[in-house]
Amino acid sequence: MSLAHDARVSVRPVSVAQRPARTWPEINNPAAWIVAVILLIMPLIASGFFLIEIFATTLILGTMALSLMFLAGYGGMVSLMQLTIAGFSAYMVAVLGVSSNANISLGWPWWLAVPMALALATAFGTLGGALAVRTEGIYTIMITLAIGAAFYYFTNQNWAIFNGHTGINTVATPHFWGVNWRADIPFYYIVLAVAALCYFAVEYLSRAPFGLALQGVRDNPRRMAALGFNVNAHRVAAYAFASFVAALAGVLQVWNYRQISPGSVSVGACIDVLIIAVVGGITRPIGPFIGALIFVLLRTFALDFLVRLGLDGNRFRCLIGLGFLAIVFWSSDGVIGLWQRWRQRRGADRFSGGRSHG
Amino acid sequence: MSRFVERHPAWALIVIIAIAVALWLIFAVWPPGLEEAIGRKRVFLNAVFNGITLGGLYFLVASGFTLIFGLMRNVNLAHGSLYLFGGYIGYAISSATGSWVLSFIVAFILTAMVGVLLQVIVFRRMEGQDLRQTMVTIGLSIVFADLMLWACGGDFYQIQTPNWLIGPVELPLVTAIKSSGEPVYLRYPMVRLVIFAASVIIGVAMWLALNRTRIGMIIRAGVDDRDILAATGVRIQLVFVAVFAFGAGLAGIAGVVGGTFQSLSPGEDIRFLLASLVVVIVGGMGSIPGAALGALIIGLAEQLGSVYIPTYAIVVTFLIMVLVLAIRPQGLLARR
Repeated sequence: MSLAHDARVSVRPVSVAQRPARTWPEINNPAAWIVAVILLIMPLIASGFFLIEIFATTLILGTMALSLMFLAGYGGMVSLMQLTIAGFSAYMVAVLGVSSNANISLGWPWWLAVPMALALATAFGTLGGALAVRTEGIYTIMITLAIGAAFYYFTNQNWAIFNGHTGINTVATPHFWGVNWRADIPFYYIVLAVAALCYFAVEYLSRAPFGLALQGVRDNPRRMAALGFNVNAHRVAAYAFASFVAALAGVLQVWNYRQISPGSVSVGACIDVLIIAVVGGITRPIGPFIGALIFVLLRTFALDFLVRLGLDGNRFRCLIGLGFLAIVFWSSDGVIGLWQRWRQRRGADRFSGGRSHG
Repeated sequence: MSRFVERHPAWALIVIIAIAVALWLIFAVWPPGLEEAIGRKRVFLNAVFNGITLGGLYFLVASGFTLIFGLMRNVNLAHGSLYLFGGYIGYAISSATGSWVLSFIVAFILTAMVGVLLQVIVFRRMEGQDLRQTMVTIGLSIVFADLMLWACGGDFYQIQTPNWLIGPVELPLVTAIKSSGEPVYLRYPMVRLVIFAASVIIGVAMWLALNRTRIGMIIRAGVDDRDILAATGVRIQLVFVAVFAFGAGLAGIAGVVGGTFQSLSPGEDIRFLLASLVVVIVGGMGSIPGAALGALIIGLAEQLGSVYIPTYAIVVTFLIMVLVLAIRPQGLLARR
């Protein structure tokens, strides 16, 4: 039923055999340590443009897609409103905090505005989730898409709070302890810290009793209900957690661009988050970040690349759409699924007689 | 109908009272107090008529969507792209030949062909994997939107209304009484009435085709249980292709209609996709009468909302959807 479902069958046996349950899977993996070190010393390697436009943006989008991955991969609920929740929290930071639209912004300090925005966005996402869990599968996609689109049109029309289609500009970013936290390097570390926190939280939760119950609900809701689990409560709780993750990403996003407008919560952007998660792979928390890196690299460089090939550079979205189609067609669990299968095949060649497919 | 009244007497009473109030508002001459409270009757009547005709357009888009879903369990999120594609085709044909009617025919045939290609090349390969099909339609809608932006640019297009439909007609509905005692009748654009009548005819024809013909019987059986239907020897793939082509063609026709009384531009595809989503969520997935009821409700809510509470018109539509989901998650007229 879910995308993750058929993929899991091929991934699980290998990984289960390799590690005992309930430990951090990264600890014995040298590649993970190398990636972590590279991410930590990134400001030494990359210039300001790469640091913010590529890596910080990747981490922010990856965190949003991570919230979708959590819902889709562990809960079996594909929600297209994760960007809407992030956008709502970004709007709330802009409305409650300081911006150049003095008639709208309440001018609260950031340490008050941000927790409030997080709380409101989480509540918003949980309410939307409570609505969406009344339905299943493809209906969930439709309802969350409708919620996202309604929010987009609402921000376009509402001038009292959301300032219509011009949005809210020059949103203030935090300064404290003598540091401008929106300067390139401190901001990169904030983003990295939040993304890592969310990543490990999802990783932890997927092996905690709640996450296991959630995966049980995904695989067989009737049986879980028969075992005494409250299926809908688990689903709504998953929405609440995912909303909080998305809301964190939204705060970072509004600090990154210093402005928020309906264009950032458009239906196309909602679908982009789904594309990121699916292209990266929704079976593991690392997938969304890989997907986000691919997406951001494509978005930034596809124009130059296409022009160099002698094609029209404006066809970037077409390229993204075709890539998405190819992934959905050939690999049901995204880039990490391709990687996993390639490794398995290589392993099978080396120890001849091994399984070629999971 | 009578069973509904027996089962839910309170609801039936509320519905009857609401219909009676609506009819009175439409046909009676408004007393001065009412005009002071909510504005002139002409504004109200225009909003109601705009809502009903917009509902007709929504019905055209959503009926194809709900038909495809009902039979194939395939949420075709590229349906909005088919709508826009039909609209552009209609514009090209009507500006090249000057024939409005021809543009409908060509738009229907071409979008139906796109639908056939989609069904044969894409959806047949992933039958039964509904979530994956939905993902594919999302990818397709992105590619289509970008290709159409490439081919047609970001301009607004409006399809020329034919001469014999331009101009208002006078309807036998009194909007006000002049001081001389002479009644003022409502004047309304002819083309919108014709389009609405056409969508009613299409709706009734679809209902008849579904409930009175052999093909309709096969389709209804397929909605109920397509495996058993295939086992009885019906060539189910052929039925799937035909239904997909017809649903896509309806979206194409709706594109021409929308291009005539609104306009065509990038972004309209998503607007109409959202509209058909809300319509079928409210009316019930896979049900043609449900699509009609939902389209009427959403069209009226949108137009009346934009007249009386302009800022929150979109929220009204959304609230209706939330309300329906809370009370009857399967939709107003769904069977299950």
